[in-house]
Amino acid sequence: MLKIDNLKVSYGGIHALRGISMEVPDGKIVTLIGANGAGKSTTLRTITGLVKADSGSIQWNGSELLGRSIDHIISQGIALSPEGRRVFADLTVLENLKIGAYLRRNKAEIEKDLNWVYELFPRLKERSWQLAGTLSGGEQQMLAVGRALMSRPKLMMLDEPSLGLAPLVVQDIFKIIQEINKLGVTVLLIEQNANMALKIADLAYVLETGNITLSGTGAELLTNEKVKEAYLGKRKD
Amino acid sequence: MLDKILPYLLAGISVGGQYALIAIGYTMVYGILRLINFAHGDIFTVAGFIMVYAAATMPLSVSIPLTIVLTVLLGVLVEKVAYRPLRTAPRMSVMISAIGMSYLLQNSMWYLTGGLAKQYPVLPWISDSVNVAGTTTSRVTIITPFLVIALVAVLVLLIKRTKIGMAMRAASRDFETAQLMGIKINNVISFTFVVGSFLAAVGSMLYFSNYATVTPTVGAMPGLKAFVAAVFGGIGSIPGAVIGGFIIGICESLIKGAGLTTFSDAFTFALLIVILAVKPTGLFGENLTEKV
Repeated sequence: MLKIDNLKVSYGGIHALRGISMEVPDGKIVTLIGANGAGKSTTLRTITGLVKADSGSIQWNGSELLGRSIDHIISQGIALSPEGRRVFADLTVLENLKIGAYLRRNKAEIEKDLNWVYELFPRLKERSWQLAGTLSGGEQQMLAVGRALMSRPKLMMLDEPSLGLAPLVVQDIFKIIQEINKLGVTVLLIEQNANMALKIADLAYVLETGNITLSGTGAELLTNEKVKEAYLGKRKD
Repeated sequence: MLDKILPYLLAGISVGGQYALIAIGYTMVYGILRLINFAHGDIFTVAGFIMVYAAATMPLSVSIPLTIVLTVLLGVLVEKVAYRPLRTAPRMSVMISAIGMSYLLQNSMWYLTGGLAKQYPVLPWISDSVNVAGTTTSRVTIITPFLVIALVAVLVLLIKRTKIGMAMRAASRDFETAQLMGIKINNVISFTFVVGSFLAAVGSMLYFSNYATVTPTVGAMPGLKAFVAAVFGGIGSIPGAVIGGFIIGICESLIKGAGLTTFSDAFTFALLIVILAVKPTGLFGENLTEKV
């Protein structure tokens, strides 16, 4: 279980997170919704160690992650599929997947997971020798998710996986997220597409300018009037 | 006709290979840090001095590997003290630090060696004279291009086929995402300096075997020309650096052969200006294929 407590992060005097607390229980899909600049990406980046926190704590199964190196945090079974996909454009699809397993040693296990990722995303298998930069946006997103899976994470974090993708592709990606979750992987999902995210989430948090203002189950927030108005584009009558 | 050109051609190929070995160090560091490592030419010179002092007291079987190891350590140390603390600083700061490092090494050499030219040890076998198609030359001239090609082949395999090579390619494009894969970025950068300094050490042995003496500033010119070679080939590209090195070495030598020795350096730098004006990315400059 991931437990964030009173986490504060600032960039050169600007407060990005003003003391947030949240929990990501094992085996659940948890989503964090909010507008641009609310601090969603900062939260994920701080968990991975890419961003240094001012104060607070991030506990992963009881051990503190703040202050640890990025590679240590990744080795603890945490993976992030970053915003904007960030696939390695001049590595092949296969290399992108292999580099996802960079910290793993067991070749047979890696091979097994590679086949599993290819099963999840048959398109990637067809294109395994192509450079990742030549893939379409949707394929790159699949690759980014597949690459994160190759580290065999216990906690999979996804930053805006639906960004800039066609609705049908978004549905595919969300289906895969649920599928991954059914296999026992905990998911922490950031989305602007609040509607879709809340539908699949067990637990949801609303982040507004660095503070968590609401939390509840996905279903609760879907029917919450404030959420409806602010994030789902529905007017109160 | 050919017997007149041949000696210059051979010399050009040889010195071109030496430029190529130095140029790879520039291009690899640029590829990963987007930094022109101005101290690289001086590391090449230090390798020359280490060899002078090592060979004075030790047999070649010890002094050659020792020179390589110490040069590699120096390269890694330079990165640690002058570039690593500036990892998140603006690029200009790192570049100024590189220039400072270059002068620091140069002046340390003046101080430690007394500034007099030192006789480079004669490396047996490779310094022997051989006869090629009627031209007498030293064996090092003949060996250099083959050695360069062999080393480059190994390097390319290393980068294409090994895990650390894959990590280097990933890191050279995107530090942050590479770190998310669990790659220790500092290790990858250190490794880049290991490779660059190793090749500079080998290059210095070949180069000084031909030039016989080492002074603290003697590496500045070949260092600068290797840099031009790297830019000419497309900085960041290893095949580019190698081809750039050979082209510059051969052109320079042929110009000398034509009796225009005075202009040979001018040619190299004029070439740099032309390349920067016409094709700023060089022969094999990287074209980004990224879908955003």
